[in-house]
Order: sequence, then structure tokens, then C-alpha cells
Amino acid sequence: MNRIIHHPILGEKKPSKEVVIYVDDKPIIAHEGEMIAAALIANGIFINRYTLHKHKPRGIYCAIGRCTDCIMTVDGVPNIRTCITEVKEGMRITTQKGAGVWQKEDQQ
Amino acid sequence: MIQTELAIVGAGPAGLSAAIEARRAGADVLLIDENARPGGQLFKQIHKFFGSRAHKAGTRGINIGTELLRESQELGIRTCLKGEVCGIENGQNLWVVIDRNRSEIVKAKKIILATGATENAVAFPGWDLPGIMGAGAAQTMINVNRVLPGRKVLMLGSGNVGVIVSYQLLQAGADVVAVLEAAPKLGGYGVHTAKVARAGVPFYVSHTVKQAFGTDHVEAVEIVKLDASFNQIPGTERIMEADTVCLATGLTPLTELAWLAGCKFKYLPALGGHLPIHDDRMRTTKENIFVAGDITGIEEASTAMEEGRLAGINAAADLGYISEEEAKIRSREIWDSLNCLRSGYFGQKRRESKDLMLQTGNEVIQWKIH
Amino acid sequence: MEELHKSPAYPDRDRLYKGPIAIIECIEEIPCNPCEAACSNGAITIGESITNLPKMDFEKCVACGRCIPACPGLAIYIKDYTYSDTKALLSFPYEYYPLPEVNDIVEAVDRHGNTLCQAKVIKVRNPKSNDHTAVVTIEYPKEYFEEVISIKRIK
Repeated sequence: MNRIIHHPILGEKKPSKEVVIYVDDKPIIAHEGEMIAAALIANGIFINRYTLHKHKPRGIYCAIGRCTDCIMTVDGVPNIRTCITEVKEGMRITTQKGAGVWQKEDQQ
Repeated sequence: MIQTELAIVGAGPAGLSAAIEARRAGADVLLIDENARPGGQLFKQIHKFFGSRAHKAGTRGINIGTELLRESQELGIRTCLKGEVCGIENGQNLWVVIDRNRSEIVKAKKIILATGATENAVAFPGWDLPGIMGAGAAQTMINVNRVLPGRKVLMLGSGNVGVIVSYQLLQAGADVVAVLEAAPKLGGYGVHTAKVARAGVPFYVSHTVKQAFGTDHVEAVEIVKLDASFNQIPGTERIMEADTVCLATGLTPLTELAWLAGCKFKYLPALGGHLPIHDDRMRTTKENIFVAGDITGIEEASTAMEEGRLAGINAAADLGYISEEEAKIRSREIWDSLNCLRSGYFGQKRRESKDLMLQTGNEVIQWKIH
Repeated sequence: MEELHKSPAYPDRDRLYKGPIAIIECIEEIPCNPCEAACSNGAITIGESITNLPKMDFEKCVACGRCIPACPGLAIYIKDYTYSDTKALLSFPYEYYPLPEVNDIVEAVDRHGNTLCQAKVIKVRNPKSNDHTAVVTIEYPKEYFEEVISIKRIK
């Protein structure tokens, strides 16, 4: 269990509203308001994407939206920095391969 | 187009402090931050801060953050969250991408850049494996998101960030298998190091990570001893099991916007490298642009807050909300405070670098505060 | 250890063994002074320059323990060699979960985290005013008086 329920300084984790998000079509429980990358780690998922040429797995590195190692495709939009993006009920997230593919029509 | 008198980029301790001072003086302020929540790195700092009682010493960083947020809310400071400032045009207009789906031009009379810093990377074979991250990243995960990124952590770097995050990892329920330091001497404050040492965590000076192993995730690292010239000594390699490696190897100021705006820079390695030149009122070489916090040099939250106040007061003075006389007096008080925070053995290099910065700044910065 | 003994906050041998006393292991000049205001008896002095090392007036110290949770570096503890015929007392700051409970048998450790002996928890205080720095008091064998500094983290 990767969630920190009891903490000597932060205290007890307040009960959160659970939301269901889908990671590579698999449903997982996330907590409302948390960052996608955190929800994944809480569920034991540490790989966010694979690199373009050598297909190497990548996970969070800076966790503050600066490095893009955590990017995944979210609701059809690639290159979303999952460490600074909040979960939403029903979100569909896929492990991104390389630069990702736009699954939505370009709205411009 | 959004108009404001003072645009502050970055709502961390420096930006918040600047916004509060300027707003109190009566200026119209717009505080912009790319994150969904303000506070910068403050909400990861669950330890009690040092400093003087006047600097809120003995108070946990998170509580200082809450206090600053409360003040800014009480003052009704306009805040634009999820707003990424991607450019500055003519030193007046900020191009902001909001919520990743629309852009706005912010026309400001004065700008304060308080964009903070980013963690340095140390590359070794296998460093890109999931589970290898900045120490600050682990800190964000455990203290802000309340998730454990791993249970057997190797910490690379014994400076304050390294030992503070090591302690916080222990508090979060992880084990720290070792703290490595490339230099022959440990880098953090003795009291921070002592907390981690008495928890049984071994410290290895003159050591670094040679490589990391694992298929989908780091599983073990090979550590190696370094000689006096920081070269790896063959035959001293040792394997250590770890499911997480944290790199606490320094920070570098995030100065892109200052570069874009055309500010002139000075190189001061003790403060993190190339820094926008500023004077004793936090003015840069570009008229109407000020800087505050880690963007001006890597220090601490306490100095960031003081520099933020300095920039906020002088920007407000420049807008006519504070008299030159009052700005001078209040700036003097803040400088006393900053000198205090930069005193002692640990503050020496920072103090000397800041002195060099001010020498240059006071000399080359010509534009006046009206 | 040598630097410790030379610091103005470390008691000399006589005083250390004479009865309850607060000890501040702070030997680096860091700008920091909350300990000064924490002592209601004025036993701790930092002074004008906040990088000064704390100076302890052992006449004024009554070992009330108020300074223990006040130090941001968790560098202050109280020891009493005279607690009983066989046991010494140690009160120290503790910021882990779970907190030990009174009468628990715990492992007493030295500055490197090595277990030296077993100890019994006598008191655990964690009032709101401590801001989450609990103060734990243990009794432990006198033979380890000087070396024991804390307890092994309870998981």
C-alpha cells in the first residue's frame, strides 16, 4: 500500500472522495484532487511512458512539471504532465509511446 | 488582454511575499503561477525552519505557506493559477497560456519574476529508470501527495536537501539505505545530519553512484569510491539494493523569462550559476522588471520571502504607492534581516556572492524608481 | 564528541552527572534562536547575533523540558544520571509514527543509530503546542549514560 495514511507531522489522511480513472483501459481508484502521477504510484504504477527510439521506460523525475518524464496521453491528448494534472472521474490515461498520437480532432 | 499594475510570475514564498507587500501598499497586483495550487516549494517543507523568531523560526514550512496564502486571500490578491508565462514582450507584456487551452496577453506596468529553481541532474548509466528522481520529487510525493514512491531509498547528496528529504522519507515510512556524498566532507547542517545518522542511516563520503540496475524500475545500484580528484577508484565498487534513488545534487535558478526579457546576467557559481543582475532594490537591468527568490540565487525560503518583500515594496514605490523615503527605510530593514540570514559559516559564500552581485547591480542598473 | 564538550551548551562532567540537565548539541554557527525564547527561566542565551552558539546557564536550568520541542534541529535533550540506583533518564524529541507507549520496551541507540541497550518508556508527551514534536522519556541502564541519545524508530 503506497498511500501514507498515518504521518507524524501531516496527521491522519482525511478520507477522500474516490474517483475511478482508467489506465490502459484498467480501472484504478484515485482520490479526488490528486495528481495523476500520484494516483498511479499509489496503485503501484511507476511507468508513465516509453521513449521513442529505445523504448525505455520512464517515470517521474522532477514531479513539479519541469522535466516531462511523466507525460502520458490523457483523454486523447498526448504529452500531459501527469505530475501536475489532477485526476477527473472517468479520465482515460494511456502509457505513452514516444511523442504520442493525437486521438482528438485538432480543434484549431 | 488583462491589464494590471504589477504582474508577479511565481506564487512561491518570494512571489507571495511580494504580492502581499505591494497589495498592502495599494497596488493592483496579478499573481500568476503555472501550478494548480500556489505556494511553490513551501508545502513540501514539513520541518521547522531555522532563523530568528522574527523570521518565523520554529514554524513548519507548510504553516508559513498557509499563513502567506491566508494573507493573500484576505487582501484579495488577484491570482491566475494554471497560467504558464511563456514570454515577455517589450518588457511589459506577458504571454500567458492559461489552463493549456487559451492564451492571454497581460499588460503590466511592473513585473516581478519569482520563478524559483529546478533540481540538477546527475547522469550515470541507468539514471533514466523509473524510481530514480530528484530529491524534491520524492519530497513532493510524500509530503504533498501523500504517496510513497519507494521503500528502500538511496540518497545521493548530503547537503541540506539530501538530509532533510532523507529524514522526511523516514517519517513517511521508507528506509534510507545510505546517503552518498561525492566530496570528502558532509554538506548539510550538523543537526539535520544528526537526525538521520541516529536513525541508523549510513553516510559514505567520497562516494557516488556508478550505475543503476533494473528492467522496468531501479532494483539495485553500484556505488563506488572517489579519489581526491573525484575520479572513480576501480575495485571499490559495491552493490546496494534500492528501489528508489534520490538525487540531491543542487539546484539551478529558472531564469528563462529573464533571458527572454533581455536582462543582463552575471555568473556566480556559489549561488547556482548564471543569475539575472539585480541591485539592492531587486531591480534588473531591464526597466520595470524586478526579481526575487531563488531565481536570483539558490538560498532558502526565508531569504526568498525577504527578497519578495523587497521587490514588492520597491515595485509599489515605483508605481507611486510608497514614498521613496519609506521605500528606503523599509528596504534597509529588510537588508538587515537578509544579512542576518546570510551570516555565519554556512552563509559566507552566499553573502560574498550577493555582495559581488550588488556591486555590479548598483553600478550598471541605471533606471530609477520614481 | 570533542567539539561537543567544548561548546558553551555542554555541561562539564560534574554537572552532567549531578542531576537533571538540558543539553543542546548545537555546535555550528547557524542563524537560529528559538531555544532562547523557549526557556522561561532564561537559562539559554544566544544574544544579538543569532549565529552565536547557544550558551546554557546550568544554575538556571531546571530541566523542565520546554526547550526540547522548540529546537528546529531537534538538537536538545534532557538527561538525569541520578534517576535511580541503576537507571538514568533521557527525554528527547521524537517525530515518527507510531509514537511509543508508556511501559513499552524499546531499543536505545547512540548517535549512529546503533542499539546499545533496551530501555523502558516512562512518559510520552505530544501536546498541540509542540507542533507535532513529541517528547519521549525513557529509563535506561546507567552504564550507557553518555552514549544513548534516542531510540530506534518504531515501525
